[in-house]
Amino acid sequence: MNWAVILGISKTHLLSRLKQSSVAALGVTFGIGTFITLSSFMTGLNGLLDGLILDRTPHIHIYNEIEPSETQPIDMAEQFANSFNLVHSIKPKQSQVRIHNALALLDHLRKDEEVLGAIPQVHAQVFYLAGSIQLNGILNGVDVMEEVRLFNLDDYIVEGKPETLATNQNGIIIGAGVAKKLSLKVGDRVQLTSIKGELFPLKIVGLYQSGLAEIDNVQSYVNLNTAQRILGEGKSFISDINVKLRVMEKAAYMASQISQQFDLAAVDIKTANAQFETGTQIRNLITYAVSVTLLIVAGFGIYNILNMMIYEKMNDIAILKATGFSGMDVKMIFISQALLIGCIGGGLGLLIGHFLSVGISHIPFETEALPTIKTFPVNNDPLFYMIGIVFALISTFFAGYLPASKAQKIDPVDIIRGQ
Amino acid sequence: MSDQGNYILEARNINKYFTDPVRFHVLKEISFGIKKGEFVSIIGKSGCGKSTLLYVLSTMDTSYDGELLLDGKLISGKSNKELSAIRNEHIGFVFQFHYLLPEFSVLENVMLPAKKLGRKSLQQIREDAMNKLELLGIGHLANKLANRISGGEKQRTAIARALINEPTIIMGDEPTGNLDSKNSENVFSILKKLSVERHMSLLVVTHDMDFARKTDRIIEMSDGRIDNSNA
Repeated sequence: MNWAVILGISKTHLLSRLKQSSVAALGVTFGIGTFITLSSFMTGLNGLLDGLILDRTPHIHIYNEIEPSETQPIDMAEQFANSFNLVHSIKPKQSQVRIHNALALLDHLRKDEEVLGAIPQVHAQVFYLAGSIQLNGILNGVDVMEEVRLFNLDDYIVEGKPETLATNQNGIIIGAGVAKKLSLKVGDRVQLTSIKGELFPLKIVGLYQSGLAEIDNVQSYVNLNTAQRILGEGKSFISDINVKLRVMEKAAYMASQISQQFDLAAVDIKTANAQFETGTQIRNLITYAVSVTLLIVAGFGIYNILNMMIYEKMNDIAILKATGFSGMDVKMIFISQALLIGCIGGGLGLLIGHFLSVGISHIPFETEALPTIKTFPVNNDPLFYMIGIVFALISTFFAGYLPASKAQKIDPVDIIRGQ
Repeated sequence: MSDQGNYILEARNINKYFTDPVRFHVLKEISFGIKKGEFVSIIGKSGCGKSTLLYVLSTMDTSYDGELLLDGKLISGKSNKELSAIRNEHIGFVFQFHYLLPEFSVLENVMLPAKKLGRKSLQQIREDAMNKLELLGIGHLANKLANRISGGEKQRTAIARALINEPTIIMGDEPTGNLDSKNSENVFSILKKLSVERHMSLLVVTHDMDFARKTDRIIEMSDGRIDNSNA
């Protein structure tokens, strides 16, 4: 097959019908452009929403659950083994809040290859004092730099720096809601009392804002040993361990292992956020459905225009066949026209999609919930550009294939006779 | 039908039927041959089957019974692809309506069959095409678009295109049918010149008796049969 001749004819056909060809190409451009914009934007948002949950949720959360024993003493008594036992008003079993031998457990977890990091937390109930007013509060005693490393705590610190807390044993990063209620700012001092009534003055080194008012109104971060001191406990008092794994998917298995091995409650991220994954899937589904529809519409546009073109070019087809071009040559002439439209339209679509994505990523997007996000999130994944151009070529190929096959079958005698 | 080796184009017992709307016997037992350098015309009334015969001979119409030989080789029953190649290399066409590609220049139209054949370099093809155009006296139109020239000029361009691959035979379907008498005369003299000076074989379907009388041989057709093939 003589491609130079075939492409030469295609080119002349396309250029001599520049307006029509442009409309066909613009159809593809629009389809591909919107596909890329939409995909980048939607997956950007998805990523943001995923990150919102995934970044700050530990893959495995280990703590000591206060709960009633699963087997009551009566169930162990042999003489009642075959009877229906009913115990009313079961109380939780007596146990401690702290994780037993937590430091050894931490060591054990950190040695595991699957574990990216395991960090201890101490939760303490406190009151923020403002004159005679007492506000309920929860203190999170944390290893602040590890929290930053593993759970992006710094993304939610809107004022001050986590490093300041790490170096100040009497520092506190206070919830933005609390700070507002008490008219406090960074550098001020805040008085806290523990449940036992002891008074602790702490210096505010930062403000924390998660975006959820009910958290921001109560929660503050201090160093691990500050929290232990406020509770009046020693260094081994650890109420929670948060684990981040290298591969999130292994969380469920490891959680069940830990909970069996150490007799602790271990909750994996999927159990904790079951509804969240469904949401992500559905959003992705919508993105793809809309994009594919756009591309199919563009494909029909090309089909239509090529179909019309072939009716206009009946004479040309007859001449080409009479002068020795085979049906396959004629078919290739029209398919190559479709593919040229696909290439040019698709290429422009990639550019437009890229410009629109970049444009969107510069639109201001400020929300209480996401203090560190200033503009719309856009995921400029090269994969979308690949899918875009491949789909452009495939859809234009098929849009061109049917009319081109028709042209291949046209009998030149019919046309020449018909004149 | 003696000495078949001399025939450039030979038809043996060609029969053809139309089936739409009713079965109709268009070509009945057509047998004849054309020698090298011969200028043959087929005449007959409208509907006698002369154009149909030409399309069968041209290899574009393949639904017939019988045998067709080009240069002594059987070409009946070959695939469409092979037939396309044969048309490209061995048969030149001139139609009543000039059938040029309107968006291409005159030169490009003439070059196209040679480009398809692909035997020569683009430069050579361009020179050949220019030579053909000069031969037909329309070299000055080479770069004009095909739909911007007059009918007579278009027909001459079509002849130049038919000549570009130095075909074995040139076929014409009423090549002067759409032209005024002056242009008609012109086209005839060109064809005659090709026959005499270049020993080209020509087969022309026409209903113009004046035209036919000036050719070497007239084949008369009526009702799908050849009446007389020795004139």
